[in-house]
Amino acid sequence: MTTAEVGRARLRKEDAHLITGRSRYTDNITLPGMLHLAMVRSPFAHAKITSVDVAAAKSSPGVVAVLTGADVAAEQGSLPNAWPITPEQKAPAHPAIAVDEVAFAGEVVACIIARSAAAARDAVELVDVNYEELPVVLDLEEAAKDQVLAHPGLGTNKSATWVFDSGDAGTGKPIREALEGAEVLIERTFYQQRLIPSFMEPRSTVVDPTGEQITVWSATQIPHILRLMLALTLAIPESKVRVIAPDVGGGFGGKLQVTPEEAITVLAARHTGRPCKYTETRSESLMAAHHGRAQVQRLKLSATKEGIVTGLDVNLLADMGAYLGLVASGIPILGAFMYNSIYKFPAYRFECTNLFTNKAWTDAYRGAGRPEATFAIERMMDELAAELGLDPLQVRERNWIKHEEFPFTTVAGLEYDSGNYEAATAKALELFGYDALRAEQVRRRETNDPVQLGIGISTFTEMCGLAPSRVLGALNYAAGGWEHAQVRVLPTGNIEVVTGSSSHGQGHETAWSQLVADKLGVPFENVEVLHGDTQISQRGLDTYGSRSLTVGGMAVLAAADKVIEKAKVVAAHLMEASEDDIEFADGKFSVKGTDQSTALGEIALATFSAHNLPDGFEPNLDSDATFDPQNFSFPHGTHLAAIEVDTETGRVSIRKYVCVDDVGVVVNPLIVEGQVHGGLAQGIAQALYEEAVYDDAGTLVTGSFVDYLVPGAPDLPHYTTARTETPSTTNQLGAKGVGEAGTIASTPAIVNGVLDAVRHLGVKDIRMPCSPSRVWAALEEAKMTGGVR
Amino acid sequence: MASSTMITIEVDNVSYTDDVEPRLLLVQYLRERLGKTGTLIGCDTTNCGACTVHLDGVSVKSCTMFAVQADGHRVTTIEGLARDGKLAPMQRAFHECHALQCGFCTPGMIMQSASLLDENPHPSEQEIRDGLEGNLCRCTGYQNIVAAVQAVAEGTVSSDSDETETAGVA
Ligand code: FES
Ligand code: FES
Repeated sequence: MTTAEVGRARLRKEDAHLITGRSRYTDNITLPGMLHLAMVRSPFAHAKITSVDVAAAKSSPGVVAVLTGADVAAEQGSLPNAWPITPEQKAPAHPAIAVDEVAFAGEVVACIIARSAAAARDAVELVDVNYEELPVVLDLEEAAKDQVLAHPGLGTNKSATWVFDSGDAGTGKPIREALEGAEVLIERTFYQQRLIPSFMEPRSTVVDPTGEQITVWSATQIPHILRLMLALTLAIPESKVRVIAPDVGGGFGGKLQVTPEEAITVLAARHTGRPCKYTETRSESLMAAHHGRAQVQRLKLSATKEGIVTGLDVNLLADMGAYLGLVASGIPILGAFMYNSIYKFPAYRFECTNLFTNKAWTDAYRGAGRPEATFAIERMMDELAAELGLDPLQVRERNWIKHEEFPFTTVAGLEYDSGNYEAATAKALELFGYDALRAEQVRRRETNDPVQLGIGISTFTEMCGLAPSRVLGALNYAAGGWEHAQVRVLPTGNIEVVTGSSSHGQGHETAWSQLVADKLGVPFENVEVLHGDTQISQRGLDTYGSRSLTVGGMAVLAAADKVIEKAKVVAAHLMEASEDDIEFADGKFSVKGTDQSTALGEIALATFSAHNLPDGFEPNLDSDATFDPQNFSFPHGTHLAAIEVDTETGRVSIRKYVCVDDVGVVVNPLIVEGQVHGGLAQGIAQALYEEAVYDDAGTLVTGSFVDYLVPGAPDLPHYTTARTETPSTTNQLGAKGVGEAGTIASTPAIVNGVLDAVRHLGVKDIRMPCSPSRVWAALEEAKMTGGVR
Repeated sequence: MASSTMITIEVDNVSYTDDVEPRLLLVQYLRERLGKTGTLIGCDTTNCGACTVHLDGVSVKSCTMFAVQADGHRVTTIEGLARDGKLAPMQRAFHECHALQCGFCTPGMIMQSASLLDENPHPSEQEIRDGLEGNLCRCTGYQNIVAAVQAVAEGTVSSDSDETETAGVA
């Protein structure tokens, strides 16, 4: 091979049909005789359902049937939670269609099935539901008091409490000592506002019940898990359910779910015996698809006067919303291991309480637990710096794990395999022009410039490659963390790769082709990647948590390795040599010390024709591999933001954003860069724009894109991105994962920058999103309470 | 509700005459009646731009118009942008600049970007960003979309036949 594919900025294979409008999103699918669904949703956040009258709807033109909770209760078990974090975990039953009580505004109470989408929507108005309103609990801190219950039948709002303590089990001794004897003690409470993942493709499901199997097309990140869960909750054998995730228009964790709407579409198809489609509107998506974040974080951090951290105590309230989603209960726990971030300190305690409220359910959103944790520790490091009058960079340098200290076991018990925080930081500082910006900041302060400058820093690591199965087992997660792949060398020498990890925009087809092209010495163009259909890719654990390359990609490499081993046996046989003398390089098997060689394609043809194979050799050159990672991988980076705050209007603008990410070995720099950009946009959006807001009655106020501010092109800056490369030592490629990096690091970088701009004016904290009105109010309050000026 | 109107629309160079309900949106007509599913629906409040098409050469959000309003007009969708089997420069630029990930915003973005350059062939970065204000993308963070528009404006997109490999990669 002359050119290595790994590391090459290959343009994507998957673009061709997307740029020409030949896309295969679920809503594009039309089947003969297909019926359309529309949902009747509760306008109340909490109410008893006293009656549901569907007579008028049933006789509306075009309507074929109407389903209520009572109609489907017997067929559909509770929607699943796969992560009972404690044996005592409490959860209300979650029917696909509410039966006698609704627990959030937007919950489905009936489903119209009609011959056209318009007819279905028309009939929604005709369903007459009588509700008896119940008191609502919306605020997390209120929910913790258990005075108003989201589910009266449960007797409490607490789902589970989970504790990690680095000290003697049970005594809590080290953390108490660290905090009691501390020279410096910082206490803060941070609010992680509710966010809505807001994938651009609304959720959509098409179900065809007319074959031997039920075929389900869904805009999902998790075709394999969805198949299993539909089978379990509907009591159908898995082999009778085929799930296809065709083109999927983004997920960000928001499509890592088994939704009521998917289950209802299956039920509707079963009841009518005809293909059924449901595509949500954006308003329905904002109201009823799962939300993310939604935590209150109470932290205590102890340190010496030199700024050396000695302990951290984290107490967390996590909003589950009205029901437990598929992995919702485990999200805070994923964060638990990241509060110590890149820092070494001796004592750490983490406690979270998962609570129910009468709001939409929550679950994974890009980063899932890790952005929340990183935000909190990075804010605390800045608070510590401010308290001690140190540069925030200095505080970080004094506490981080040094390059020569890897591998390093953290206070939370993870082993970080490799990292070089010094190199990433040095590169970022240089690109940013740190010293010049600090000097400008001083000038602006001295001249009382109405526009003040702040510098926001965030250094971070994250835990990618979810996950070693035994670790997930230890945390009570119901499934494993492996991934499956198959590599097939076809008689022509072309390669088919089947992967359990299917993409919703991440570019697997291109990246996997690069991996296999290098490994097997074939042209990139000759590799075809198949995914997203449980009939084709029969095993898999799907795409989330930046696990695609580090787990799914490694499975592909492992399968390719097995193909090479198999082919060697045939090569030795054909060339009448000993297997030990066969070498494989650049797509050719050769006999050591001779000029005899045979290409992979020739062996593929020989194994296909099977005329002359070693005794007992199974014809065909295919291999399967299931890869279970030994450890997580830990990408890291340093992000710097120069923030301008107009002190007269509260307007925040990002003047410069520089990030240096270290994601280990990079397969496709183009894709990595794109992932970083998209991640940054979502992290910045949390810092400045987005929040799901409910009114006192529990109605979502931000119920459309008019109010829920997904940033557009003018709202975001130009990013300067760069990389350092510290290979992971725990997988054969040295890759680390990148999907969530930008999101995790950028939120604290921006908020630290905003505060850095106005801290000298007496502002101590601003809740996210740092909208002009919030920033302005904080400045006014600082003035009133005798801020610095 | 049931009353219907006869309309004639030219879509991607083909003329269609159809009976439509007055309430039928242009985007529904394109997707459901003509099978032009390249034009996508991302919202119900005219905020996302996934449904952007050209009406007589000017970009419009097809979820904001009734099909009857397009009567007698010429519509171009993403399917009609490539001509004679050759991708339009903006389509190539999106590919070469990695300006798409999941691809859902992409048809609308390409249509809007193309019409933005028709109005202002040499926009500044800020003018490009402002011109894309009505189109949301959740995947790319916009930087590569801006780069794609710049590449077309500057004429640095490859011709349809010679696909280059990298564009603006660090
Ligand atoms: S679908 Fe037309 S603007 Fe969103
Ligand atoms: S590429 Fe996914 S929304 Fe733009």
